[in-house]
Amino acid sequence: MNDDLQHHALRFLTAGSVDDGKSTLIGRLLYDSRAILADQLDALEKRAAGSAIDLSLLTDGLEAEREQGITIDVAYRYFATRQRKFIIADAPGHEQYTRNMVTAAAGSDAAVVLVDITKLDWRSKPVQLLPQTRRHSLLAQLLRVPSIVFAINKLDAIDADAEEAFGAVSEALNQFAGQAGIVPAGIVPVSALRGDNATVRSAVWHWYSGPTLLELLHTLPATDERHDGALLIPVQYVAKQGEQGTGHQPRTAWGRIAHGSVRAGDTVQVFPSGQTAVVAEVRHAGAVVDACEAGQSAGLVLDRQLDISRGDWIASAAPLQTTQQFAATLAWLDTEPAQVGRKYWLRHGHRWVQARITAIDSRRDIHTLEDTDAHELAVNEIGQVQIEAQAPLPVEAYVANRIGGALIIVDPASNRTSGALLVSAAA
Amino acid sequence: MNASLDMNQLLPEIDHRHLDALEEEAIFILREVAGAFERPALLFSSGKDSCVVLRLAEKAFKMRRQGNEFEGRLPFPLLHVDTGHNFPEVIEFRDRRIAEMGERLVVGHLEDSIQRGTIRLSHPLESRNGHQTVTLLEAIEEHRFDCLIGGARRDEEKARAKERIFSHRDSFGQWQPKEQRPELWSLFNTRIKPGEHFRAFPISNWTELDVWLYIARENIPLPNLYFAHQRQVIRRKGLLVPLTDVTPPEAGETVEEALVRFRTVGDMTCTCPVESPAANAAEIVAETLTVTISERGATRMDDRTSDASMERRKKEGYF
Repeated sequence: MNDDLQHHALRFLTAGSVDDGKSTLIGRLLYDSRAILADQLDALEKRAAGSAIDLSLLTDGLEAEREQGITIDVAYRYFATRQRKFIIADAPGHEQYTRNMVTAAAGSDAAVVLVDITKLDWRSKPVQLLPQTRRHSLLAQLLRVPSIVFAINKLDAIDADAEEAFGAVSEALNQFAGQAGIVPAGIVPVSALRGDNATVRSAVWHWYSGPTLLELLHTLPATDERHDGALLIPVQYVAKQGEQGTGHQPRTAWGRIAHGSVRAGDTVQVFPSGQTAVVAEVRHAGAVVDACEAGQSAGLVLDRQLDISRGDWIASAAPLQTTQQFAATLAWLDTEPAQVGRKYWLRHGHRWVQARITAIDSRRDIHTLEDTDAHELAVNEIGQVQIEAQAPLPVEAYVANRIGGALIIVDPASNRTSGALLVSAAA
Repeated sequence: MNASLDMNQLLPEIDHRHLDALEEEAIFILREVAGAFERPALLFSSGKDSCVVLRLAEKAFKMRRQGNEFEGRLPFPLLHVDTGHNFPEVIEFRDRRIAEMGERLVVGHLEDSIQRGTIRLSHPLESRNGHQTVTLLEAIEEHRFDCLIGGARRDEEKARAKERIFSHRDSFGQWQPKEQRPELWSLFNTRIKPGEHFRAFPISNWTELDVWLYIARENIPLPNLYFAHQRQVIRRKGLLVPLTDVTPPEAGETVEEALVRFRTVGDMTCTCPVESPAANAAEIVAETLTVTISERGATRMDDRTSDASMERRKKEGYF
């Protein structure tokens, strides 16, 4: 494991159907890594009143969740081993909360998709996976979560047949993943309840020689920042910031670098004005620095006064490609269906523009993975759409860059975040 | 307050790049607030979390020149909700720090809400912690704040773990956990209607340990309550209750002297210290690594009443 990888926190989400044991698995990771403190454990032991403690109660933090025994919203949890820090986004499994699963996936380096063996007829070939397994894997793949791991859970319920069941379901998962274009980072047999292969190797399943889930998580790469390529910065905040004693207050344009790097002396172009300038000073977190790179927020002081404000983009001197029309994958999250022709707000970088969905080309069937003709997208559906924005935007393909290729779509009447857009290609 | 131990020697397994990443994210969120809202404010209680957020805000909006001092002013005022039951050391620290930094402070006094009749106490020594919400919402309305920056962390409590970084509040200031907006990438949907507002939490992803590591690394000033000192306390239900005007001993209880520090500072009626000899941030880091009781479990009387007490208060508008 390289040093760089070792020290970056891994953000991963857990997904699966209701009752697949996500919360128990997270509780297990926290419990085994001693991230649960004595008073929290006491509370669980009191609730259990003598029987086995319910680790899922650690993560279900809302009253309604405890009442209904399901996870409604994303919960964020933290634990650390000597090798690495982890941030878990515990995403709900129930279909009506897919938008929260999408929320969790958008910020994650990895996805752990739980497969509940007790819900599958693993003796009949080919094994049929549950729709939610397919949906969650697909969502993770669509949002380009870099690593997707399958954890086949509750194998303790069929200890004697665990090897055969694991083999059959692994085969089905590999086949599904192949069709969907997913390269699984691993398939791990676990019992979150008993603890097998979560953090500690199973004492009974000697047929499995691969890594435990935690061992696997230790090796997965974090973030996908690109330090190569041309400079691109969405301008987040512009302010006058003084220089000591001079009374001179140059304007500093701040923004997190999407890709590339910047140093004093570089020539840059501002979009949409098209004006160019030379970078006089690069600032970072209250100090003047030599250079900033992707992932860092750079403050640029330019050598001349340009019209530049929040929502603009700063790029290398080469002209920025912009377009008003583009094709995108749309994950629809609103109970009101996506409507062709209606005006929505779009957010790209730090810019808000009005836009229309001009066409819905297809809907992705999560069972067959086929794209079928569609005229509307309902809540939790995913499709291919055409977008027309009211102003030209420097959109990039999402596969090339998350910052340049991701947008949200907001209902102007309710202000709800209605959809997530991932740019396929400029039309 | 200077760290006396070499942090790297103490914690070989923790790399500062993790703190750099957390800092980068927090500064991004703070600038997003300043860019997206017209009248934001920073909730400043003088607690360790808000002191960390304040330092992050300095890094986001000021420049550090010769002498290492920050110059310039934050693009928003600080807001403190004063319950009238604050530890005197905290108020003294607040006023001194803000004067040193040249920042603007707005104080919402719970006492004023009592005078107005918007808060009614059932008895004079009742904990004022839960009543803060009323005063907070009145301050938001009076100053027309559209976003309040807070130092809440998701590792503090189960309901907090569920909250978005940009958390929408309706025109009653209420949090609606089932109606939270999806938070996609860092494309925050900060659109609001008149009367609504947002709460923004730049250090959502920090843990108590991260906070102490950062305090030690950045040499952030804190109220001296956080460091080991002798204090008169009463042992009650497994907690150390500090002896104050508003927390007198009950019949049969004895007052004793103990070496304590506070892990969190809040209203005097519900904040308890822990026994500890840790006298600086580095020693507290070392202690935090081996602690067995959560921050709230060890120190807060009010959260023990119910599994959902924090959630209920947040739904009413608590930060």
